[in-house]
Amino acid sequence: MNHPPRGTPEREELTARLRDRAKFVRLETVRLTRIAGAGHYTGTFSAAELFAALYYAELRYRPEEPDWPDRDRFVLGKGHAAIGLYPLLADAGFFDSALLDNYTRLGSAFGDHPDMRKIPGIDFSSGSLGHGLSVSVGMALGARVQGRSFNVYCIMGDGELGEGQIWEAAMAAGQFQLGSLVGIVDRNHLSIDGNTESIMGVEPLAARFESFGWKVHEVDGHDLEAILDVFNALDTAAVGPPQMVIADTVKGRGVQRMEGDYQWHVGNLVGADYDDVVAEIESGLRPLVPGGTGG
Amino acid sequence: MADARREGTAGQEISDVFRGSTNGPDAPKDERTGKGIEAKSIPAFVAGEALAELGDSDPRIVVLTADLAHANRTVDFAARHPDRFFNVGVAEQNMVSIAAGMASTGLVPFAATFAAYLALLACEQLRTDCAYTGMPVRLLGHHSGMSLGFYGTSHHALEDIAITRAIADLTVVCAADANQLRAILRHSLDWPGAMYIRLGRGRDPEVYGEVPGDFQIGKALRLREGADLTIIATGSEVRACVDVADNLAADGIEARVIDMHTIDPLDRDAILAAADETGAVLTVEEHNLAGGLGSAVAETLADAGAGVAFRRHGVPDEHVIIGPPAALYNHYRLDAAGIESVARDLIGAKGQHDG
Repeated sequence: MNHPPRGTPEREELTARLRDRAKFVRLETVRLTRIAGAGHYTGTFSAAELFAALYYAELRYRPEEPDWPDRDRFVLGKGHAAIGLYPLLADAGFFDSALLDNYTRLGSAFGDHPDMRKIPGIDFSSGSLGHGLSVSVGMALGARVQGRSFNVYCIMGDGELGEGQIWEAAMAAGQFQLGSLVGIVDRNHLSIDGNTESIMGVEPLAARFESFGWKVHEVDGHDLEAILDVFNALDTAAVGPPQMVIADTVKGRGVQRMEGDYQWHVGNLVGADYDDVVAEIESGLRPLVPGGTGG
Repeated sequence: MADARREGTAGQEISDVFRGSTNGPDAPKDERTGKGIEAKSIPAFVAGEALAELGDSDPRIVVLTADLAHANRTVDFAARHPDRFFNVGVAEQNMVSIAAGMASTGLVPFAATFAAYLALLACEQLRTDCAYTGMPVRLLGHHSGMSLGFYGTSHHALEDIAITRAIADLTVVCAADANQLRAILRHSLDWPGAMYIRLGRGRDPEVYGEVPGDFQIGKALRLREGADLTIIATGSEVRACVDVADNLAADGIEARVIDMHTIDPLDRDAILAAADETGAVLTVEEHNLAGGLGSAVAETLADAGAGVAFRRHGVPDEHVIIGPPAALYNHYRLDAAGIESVARDLIGAKGQHDG
């Protein structure tokens, strides 16, 4: 999709809105985690700007017609970040946001990982890492077979890249020349047990995808201006190299005590900590603390 | 060991299994000599052709395989609908998830490869991406059971019924022959949710002289009437059980034969009626005795409190020995002679039970 160029009033308005919505993602993640008693804070915070840019700028969809056949598809490969996606879907109008007050409670449609049969706006269920890119390949082939022109976007975690199926899908996307497929790696440098490079390294990541036939775009995943520029630069031809966005991010971005700390992969804030974190998120992103584990 | 490795026949026999030997005992029919098996009786070999025909009028149909397009004859679909055929290479898990993604856009994908690599290797993709999501993916698991003979355990699927029937929202159907497979494929088009379709080696003898018009998913077919016992069989064992019933009839023993083609949802009424009306039930399957058709029937009988003479016949809980398929069926008593001996044992037990 074409986004307004930098320096224009339209672009400034859009960027301000996306910044506000990224903040909304973080605030809702904290609120919903308190309802559940545990949640994936940090891997959601690293993707907050990406989520906002996708849902308020890039993706074509119709909340009043969730099954619109020509909508762009979004697959959350890293399904554990669904806690940050649900509020966006509600805000976009797919369902009543009051439903989220029952998040993870018995019988709720909303679990830690998204279920397409229960939640309007979820294009595919996820949670088991490594499947999403294959599913996205299938969606892109589905568009080709049926002569539709939608794009397919798939966000993966960098730890998720350890799953062999990702590379099977990467081979297939190159082989089939799925130019309408946009992969996005939330390169937050941490998986559950620590830094990816100390556990199972993914570098040189860009070169790896390029060698599989992908066109690779690298971007600061918290810089909304840069994200919009990358979206403008995508070459989503029906037949052509698949597009990969490697978004350099910080796990836990937006809450300093969590930034770059793998131990916050799952957690629960209580008491004054909760109020402090809410206030910190409200105040917006601060400069990164030097020496963190993250990017 | 060196001598074993130098044996020169293995390569020849491997190509026989895939492509049909030119002079083997189960070679395709040679019109000149009249020897061999009719091509129409080869289930795995008709799926591509049958889907190609269905695909003429149903644009939702797409076909995938994982580098086995010739072995499973999906090339016959590819020849007619090249834009709707996808060979993903040796990547079965990827294939299943891709099929699920395609289904989510409105297509009805048929994904075909060895049963061992669908139900075992790609089991989790099958559950999470196809069944859990309710996607209408049709998984064609061919060369199931021990039909790949001396290829050994790596290529056998003697656990696939147990695995697939334990997955919610997954329909499990076994094809007994080519004509039944044609019926299954046609009925699958508008069946809700995901489906695992278990196929044999592709050389299975004919059970149905024509496409069974009364075929319904979930409704067992009664192939033979009898009051002395019921043989419930599925897939590759159905034909042998019909032959067994004919042999028993020569001795005045009348066996009912049920083709339990659908394992899930199971036709419980047919099972309970058999127990009530014949007093003895024998299940026969090319599958590990743990968790397959026999287990499903046993659960049904036990749940209903049906006291009945009962035997499960299948492959014992072991990794089967090496051998050509026919020799293995003989060794494990899954050919007609072996099944007949088990059936006669059961008749004897029923007599003691009654006495």
